[in-house]
Amino acid sequence: MDADLIVQILFAAIKTGTPLLFIALGEVICEKSGVLNLGQEGMMLMGAVVGFLAAYGSGNMGFGIIAAMVMGSIMSLIFAVLVLHIGANQVATGLALTIFGTGLSAFIGADFVGQTIQGFQPIAIPLLSDIPYVGQILFSHDILVYFSFFMTALLVYVVNKTRIGLTLKAVGENPHAANAIGIKVLRVRYLAVMFGGAMAGTAGAYMSLVYTPMWVEGMTAGRGWIALALVVFASWRVGRIMLGAYLFGLASIMHLVLQGLGWSISPNLLAMLPYVATVVVMVIIGADHFKEKLLAPRSLGKPFDPRNMA
Amino acid sequence: MKTHNLVSRLELANITKQYPGCLANDRISITLMPGEIHALLGENGAGKSTLVKTIYGVVSPDKGDIIWNGREVNIKSPSIARDLGIGMVFQHFSLFETLTVSQNIELCLSKSQLNNIGDLAQRIIQLSEEYGLNVDPSRYVHSLSIGERQRVEIMRCLVQSVKLLILDEPTSVLTPQEVAGLFNVLRTLSKEGCSILFISHKLHEVTEVCHKATILRGGKVVDTCVPSEETPATIAKMMVGDLADQDAGYSKKEGTVEVFNVSDLSLPSKQPFGTALKNINFDLKAGEILGIAGVAGNGQDELMAIISGEDERNVKNALTLGKLKIGHLHAGERRQLGMAYVPEERLGRGAVPDMSLTENTLLTHSTGFVKNGLVQWQSIKEYTTELIGKYKVKCHGEFSEAQSLSGGNLQKFIMGREIGQHPKVLICAHPTWGVDVGAALAIHQALLELRDEGAAILLISEDIDELFLLADRMAAVCDGYLSPLVKTEETNIDQIGQWMAGTFINTAVQEAQA
Repeated sequence: MDADLIVQILFAAIKTGTPLLFIALGEVICEKSGVLNLGQEGMMLMGAVVGFLAAYGSGNMGFGIIAAMVMGSIMSLIFAVLVLHIGANQVATGLALTIFGTGLSAFIGADFVGQTIQGFQPIAIPLLSDIPYVGQILFSHDILVYFSFFMTALLVYVVNKTRIGLTLKAVGENPHAANAIGIKVLRVRYLAVMFGGAMAGTAGAYMSLVYTPMWVEGMTAGRGWIALALVVFASWRVGRIMLGAYLFGLASIMHLVLQGLGWSISPNLLAMLPYVATVVVMVIIGADHFKEKLLAPRSLGKPFDPRNMA
Repeated sequence: MKTHNLVSRLELANITKQYPGCLANDRISITLMPGEIHALLGENGAGKSTLVKTIYGVVSPDKGDIIWNGREVNIKSPSIARDLGIGMVFQHFSLFETLTVSQNIELCLSKSQLNNIGDLAQRIIQLSEEYGLNVDPSRYVHSLSIGERQRVEIMRCLVQSVKLLILDEPTSVLTPQEVAGLFNVLRTLSKEGCSILFISHKLHEVTEVCHKATILRGGKVVDTCVPSEETPATIAKMMVGDLADQDAGYSKKEGTVEVFNVSDLSLPSKQPFGTALKNINFDLKAGEILGIAGVAGNGQDELMAIISGEDERNVKNALTLGKLKIGHLHAGERRQLGMAYVPEERLGRGAVPDMSLTENTLLTHSTGFVKNGLVQWQSIKEYTTELIGKYKVKCHGEFSEAQSLSGGNLQKFIMGREIGQHPKVLICAHPTWGVDVGAALAIHQALLELRDEGAAILLISEDIDELFLLADRMAAVCDGYLSPLVKTEETNIDQIGQWMAGTFINTAVQEAQA
């Protein structure tokens, strides 16, 4: 393998990992507030189809992305009302959201299957992209990839350094105690869930506007589920999610690379890698019970009703 | 205590709070002066917790006024309470384990408070030294002991310079040394003019540190006193009430043959701050009710757990049922031999919250309703319906989830279920705790019927009135020691009260050594 090939592989890994990064960033914020949203796949598909239609109709890519974010938020708002306000089971509601989004996106996009649009063009960042190797891998992407860099940095800062991050962690760990010190638990959770929806919508738009600039039914191909595993893989740390997303991206293009090199390993075995990695990480985390307790948001998946506080 | 300031810090006027089936607070009025350490006393369910939650804005009262520093206020939420200068240390701490001490404290502060403080960690260290609290701001809460966590909670209030500090049973989880440290902090705060509302079960602590005490019973203020002028025994009497206005009621019986025996039971507690059982000996006869009195946390839970088999440690020779040693058997085997239990905690221990009443009946009746390995649903449903009718359990039917019942109704159901097995020995903790008067009467009748059928009943309760009413013989626990057993007719509330305060212990220890 020569250096050029490695650069190309890493470049592709980042590109492949970016939609994962978006959804997982949204999901980690959502889970940190104590809400498990299994509707990622549905929100992402709705984002993909609405983003594609908006960009196709208006000819404006930016508009497409904003439409996808709004759509993702609306989807997550449905989820939020059901689980936060009415107290529905989070797992069942999340699964329902996925099924709903899958079906509705297929219905909306039926007439547009196979249409293509002009996707985002890569923008080489002046100076930075001239750095040998690194410049080609990191700074010759399209604008959404840069946006994902920015969002990761922003979230690392917000979660670890600000009061907003503290509040989020407090709500996810012990909503009753948070309520007792005057934090509006449901408001925090609504916002976290809707942020997750907007990010899932963005991930969907990335699929239909950048990765493969067209709409195909079910085009997210289970990325919403991988993102859920990714959050556990990263043990709910925002910074590690980026690393994990690119590792997963690398693993999923690995079979193409190896086939190109003439290796005869079954692509199915290689496609398994991300999941094997997740299981291994979960076993390692799970072996240390104390650590597991500290890493996962304690109230994850448990409903909170401020009216039952007496 | 400063008394020159005539404006009261906090005045509660006619605070009333009604819960379904229970009047938690009934026209409660209390006044606190600046710098006053005020004890709130009462048995479980007397309404103390509801009252302090009202002051802290967690519970909103149905009626009544709260006057803060001479001004009427409406405390709708904890954040309003904190803005007024009211801080509370909860019984179950409300800290975030995955955050550091200073992050925990920061979350409680408003932006302006934070700006005033500047460097929060520095301020914590400074206050730490000032009050001798020894709190390290950079440590993660999960690495702290219970006592340290409580100090963090107090620190959280100090940083906000509270004017009223509410402590809900602060000493129940502390070692004696930590208690002494806590009292020093409270005295310092009091000298600086901070009022303290102190909920406790431990009467000697109240006489030691509190300036005034208000005694609640059944949601009402029944008495106030100056603890330094009283003794634990006289305060205990105020808490449990005067027996004179209580009918002797039921006839007393004498047991026949010994069916259950506990001998030389000494066992350290499994809980970090539990009470070790110390050389417990007693016998239980068929056809009698033996009552064990005591202030909560003196070893009742531990005794109950080891007798029921919930505590799985092997105490083979200490427990005898009939002629059989049962200390090594597990809870299910003991049940099959004819023992039954009504634990204090109804939901989670007495019944599975999200299972129906029918399923909960099956849980302790497994032998009668299983044929060839199959559950006989029809007969168990009929039996459950019968129980519901007999004990007047208010619910939608035998399919209702246990958690949908009110506490009193669930208690009636559990009592009925256990009594219905016609046990040889029934162990029963706080049978009427939180149960309304009518339901309590039904439970009393059922217990007496069971006794008259020849069962031996061990009744563990904090409610002395009830013990005097039901028990044929009585004893008290204190600090894991069991007092001598006496016939109820031959004792009185003063003696039991003194035993609850531990006056028998010295003789007991001497006897054990001799």
